[in-house]
Amino acid sequence: MIIKTQKAIATSEITDPLIFKQRRKIIKSLLAITGASIAPAWANDNKSAWLNLPESQFSEKLLTPTPAELIKNYTNYYEFAFNKEDSTELAQSLSVDPWSVEISGAVEKPGNYHLEDILRQQTMEERVYRFRCVEAWSMVVPWIGFSLGNLIKSVKPLSTARFVKFTTIEQPDVMRNQRSNAMLTWPYSEGLRIDEAMHPLTILAVGMYGDVLPKQNGAPLRLIVPWKYGFKSIKAIVKIELLEKPPLTTWNQAAPSEYGFYANVNPDVPHPRWSQNSERQLGSRFFSPRRQTELFNGYGEQVAALYRDMDLRHFF
Amino acid sequence: MFARIDKLWLTTLLACLIPLLWLFLDIAFDQLGSNPIQALHIRLGDWTLRFLCLTLAITPIQTVTRWRGMTVYRQLFGLYTFFYASLHLLAYLLVDHVLQWRLIGIDIIESSYIWFGVVAYIIILLLAMTSSKWSKKLLGKNWKKLHRYIYYAAGAAILHYFWQLKGNLVEPLFYLIIIALLLGFRVLVWLTNRQLSKMMIPKSRE
Repeated sequence: MIIKTQKAIATSEITDPLIFKQRRKIIKSLLAITGASIAPAWANDNKSAWLNLPESQFSEKLLTPTPAELIKNYTNYYEFAFNKEDSTELAQSLSVDPWSVEISGAVEKPGNYHLEDILRQQTMEERVYRFRCVEAWSMVVPWIGFSLGNLIKSVKPLSTARFVKFTTIEQPDVMRNQRSNAMLTWPYSEGLRIDEAMHPLTILAVGMYGDVLPKQNGAPLRLIVPWKYGFKSIKAIVKIELLEKPPLTTWNQAAPSEYGFYANVNPDVPHPRWSQNSERQLGSRFFSPRRQTELFNGYGEQVAALYRDMDLRHFF
Repeated sequence: MFARIDKLWLTTLLACLIPLLWLFLDIAFDQLGSNPIQALHIRLGDWTLRFLCLTLAITPIQTVTRWRGMTVYRQLFGLYTFFYASLHLLAYLLVDHVLQWRLIGIDIIESSYIWFGVVAYIIILLLAMTSSKWSKKLLGKNWKKLHRYIYYAAGAAILHYFWQLKGNLVEPLFYLIIIALLLGFRVLVWLTNRQLSKMMIPKSRE
């Protein structure tokens, strides 16, 4: 299968490549000075390599990433806080080192894998992706991660595996909304169909902007599915299960009429209470127009085939 | 006496502009966070609701304290409710949607939370237009009837707030409780008055 990644991008979204490279150089040199000493053990082996990662063919190299400071201070991490700012500080109390992931269910090689070992096996890449929240805001993030499909292949899925379920860490001691059992059913869980999980655009991210993931952005390991609304891209993953039946997912369970299992970005299917037709990009100025939301968040050429015979209004 | 009241009224008039000044400072010093346009909407919407609560609080305060001449403050806060609601609407149309009417049209049609906001704004606009002494005279008994619609505006405004949230309902709940308390107070007053008049009628017949 040939996967096309080139597509027309509005000139306003394109940064002069020269400026872009200069920015990268500045960021990288700054990171080289400050970053290495504070990285967790599982990142140390790989981190120096993160600064000169191969450019992935799936990365949208010409998009201008949203400034890191904005990304780090605008998160929906409901385990810590219901607003977007408080998690920045609260998430720092989460211990992410050491970290292991339980991979189980319909696989030949189930087990508890150390993140360190997983990372050693996988090829790290930088992927600049658009990220579209169901709340109608968006950003562009230079993630660092590896293909989820490759990880799943390495544990040899059985032919009965048709869905993948992901679960966030349960740590009520530091996650205060888990402690008080507030709002959602904890721990947070999400799911994908197996072909969505195996799709080359789907990654598990361990970093962004050449550095390890900030804790509030889902460290040490989060899912990124760029053509779906952000709530699918679950943070701080401790469990990956391959299943025969579709798993219950947190938001879908909380409000099935509002948040579907698929949650593909679609400007023509409004949320029951608000429009999904346009989005506000983080970092855009006052009096600047909103961005017209694209079907599958602009990744339609690569992923539309997954949903060929499906009514996207019904399977929202 | 009058001079002192006028002074207080003038101070209040100016003090009600502090939230706006504060907002301008936050914009100037980039203090609105990662999504300043959304922060702007929330800030202006919040102040609209706060002024709405203040407006509704005047009559109960007047009843409890038996102070007189507070109607001018009710009018002042009411007009500020309209002022901040208008800024909220302008920010939506101009700052966020840059008068792109096609996008605005789609957004309003598809977003039911906006419908409640529109209802609330239309009521507040009507009340602001008929807030003068002159309209009060002109409308006579109907003026009071019309201006009772402020409760519908309050209800719609709170729904407008509730309806757009993904789950955290603490803030709109706060306004809901305040407005329920203020409304509850009026119902209580109305009930006691009715009770009193019931007791009075047979007495006068005897």
